[in-house]
Amino acid sequence: MTIKIPYYPGCTLKTTAKNFEDTAKLVAGVFDYEFDELYRWNCCGAVYGLSEDNVMHKVAPVRNMLRVKEVGEKRMLVLCSMCFNTLKRANYYVRRNKDKLEVINAIMYLENTTYDGSVEVVHLLELLRDEIGFDRIKKAVKKPLRGITVAAYYGCLLLRPSEIAIDSVEQPTVMEDLVEALGGKVIDLNVKTECCGSYQTVKRKDIVADRTNFIIGEARKQGADMLITSCPLCHFNLDRRQKEAKKRHPDFKEMPILYFTQLMALAFGFEEDKLGFEPHYVDPRPLLKERGLL
Amino acid sequence: MAEKEVLNEEEKEPQAKMIPVFIMGQKYEVPEGSTILNAIEYAGYQLKKGVGCREGFCGACATVYRLPGDYKLRGGLACQTVVQPGMYLTQIPFTPAQKAIYDIDEVKPDISTFQKFYPEVFRCLGCNACTKVCPQELKVMDYIQAIMRGDIELAADLSFDCIMCGLCTMRCPAEMAQYNIALLARRLYGKYMMPKPEFVYKRIEEIEQGKYEKEFEEIMSLSKEELEKRYTERDINFDIT
Repeated sequence: MTIKIPYYPGCTLKTTAKNFEDTAKLVAGVFDYEFDELYRWNCCGAVYGLSEDNVMHKVAPVRNMLRVKEVGEKRMLVLCSMCFNTLKRANYYVRRNKDKLEVINAIMYLENTTYDGSVEVVHLLELLRDEIGFDRIKKAVKKPLRGITVAAYYGCLLLRPSEIAIDSVEQPTVMEDLVEALGGKVIDLNVKTECCGSYQTVKRKDIVADRTNFIIGEARKQGADMLITSCPLCHFNLDRRQKEAKKRHPDFKEMPILYFTQLMALAFGFEEDKLGFEPHYVDPRPLLKERGLL
Repeated sequence: MAEKEVLNEEEKEPQAKMIPVFIMGQKYEVPEGSTILNAIEYAGYQLKKGVGCREGFCGACATVYRLPGDYKLRGGLACQTVVQPGMYLTQIPFTPAQKAIYDIDEVKPDISTFQKFYPEVFRCLGCNACTKVCPQELKVMDYIQAIMRGDIELAADLSFDCIMCGLCTMRCPAEMAQYNIALLARRLYGKYMMPKPEFVYKRIEEIEQGKYEKEFEEIMSLSKEELEKRYTERDINFDIT
C-alpha cells in the first residue's frame, strides 16, 4: 500500500535542484512512498536566525509546520539540507520557548489554527535508514554500483547543532551505509563534515573555489571517483566552483558531484534520461559509462 | 396652511444617525452607514488624490484604519468600507514604489527575471503583513512565495484581482513593491505561458487570405439608400452566444 508522506520541497528543489526532487520521488516510489506536497508552503527562512529574540525570522519556518498540522499530519519530509536545518531548528526553538511560540502564533492570527510544536521534521536520509531500512534498499538494487568509489560529503546542515543532527555529529555514516547498500565502494572521507564555503559563493568565489579544491582534492587522495551530497548549496559550490578551482589551482582535477538520490536511481535501474545529469557542470556520464554503469 | 406644514414634514429627509470618526486625528460626526470616502467628504475635505472610480475597481482610495480597542491595523478602500463608531483613519493616496523598466520581449519567463529586476523579492520573511492589509483579500505573501520558487503561473493566478492600491507595499518589512512584482508575473504569464488562443490566429489567417474580401467589397459598393435598407432589415435576433 502506498504511504503518502507530507512533503516540503523548498524553493531550490523547484528551480536549480529539480533533479534532486525528481530522483528522490523516483527512489521513494520504489518503496511505495508518495511525496504529498503541502497544499500551501512558503520559504523555509533560508538561514536559521541566530538571534534568540528575533522571532520574526522564525515565523516563516513555523508557518510551514503549521500547514502540516492544519491538514492533520504529524510529520514533514524535507530533502534540502538548508530547509531541513532551518525548519528543525525553528521547531526545536519553539518547543523550548513556549512564550516565543505564543508571540509567533499571535503574529499568524489570520491562520485557522495555531502551532504547538507537534510536527516532526524528517530528512529523507532518516526515512531511508530508519523506516525503509538498508535491507530493503539492498534488495531493490538492480544495477550494483561496482567499479566506482564514492565519497559522502555531509557539510554542516544535517549535523549541526547536535540537537537536530540526523547522525553522529563528528562521525556520520548514514550516506556511507547507503552507498554500501547500493553495492558501491565508499571511502571514509576525512573532510566530510567540513564547510563548503556556503554563501561566500555569492561575493567571494575565490574562498569557495579554494574549499572546493581542498574537499575534492582530499576525496581524490583517498581514492574517490565521485562525491555525493544532500545539500543544494554544497552541490552548487562543489560542482560549479570547480570552474574557478581549475583557474586558481592548475593541478586540480574535476570530479562529478551527485545528489545521493541520483546514485540510488542509477542503482535501482532507472534510465539515463531520468537521472537528471543535464544541469551538472561536471557531467557524471562519461565516468559512469567508462565504468559500465550507464 | 396646515396642509402645507404636513407636506413639509413629508419632504423632510429622515435624519441619519450620526457617529464619531477620527479623520487624521480630528473628530467628526458623520452619518452612520457612509463609506469612508463619503464620510471624508461629508466632513468637508475635497479630495483630488485618494479618490477614483468610487466603485472599488481603481485602487486609488487606499485607507488604513484602527477600531477602538483593537490593535490591528486594517486596510480598506475608502469607497467600499463603511465607517464604524470611533474609527481612526487616514488615506494613503500614493505609495512610492520600485517599478522596474523592462522590455517584455527581452525577458525570460523564469525566476532569473525577478532576480534581476526585483531582487528584494527574496527578502520575504513570511510575516504575512501584506495579506493582512490587502483590501482585495488576496494571498499576497503566497504569490510572493510562489515567485521565490519560480512558479509564475501560481503568482499570476493568486494576484489576478490586484487593484494596485499599494497597501501591501506600505506594510512590507522586506520593503518590496508586491503589486509591481505581481504585474511582472502576470505579464510574463500572459506573454509566454498562457495557452495561445488558436481561434484568433486562425481567424487572422482567414482575413489575410482574403476570405472576407468579397463581402467587404460588396458592402463598400452599396449606395447610402441600399445600406440603410440593409441596416433596417437586418436580423437583430441572431444568437450572439
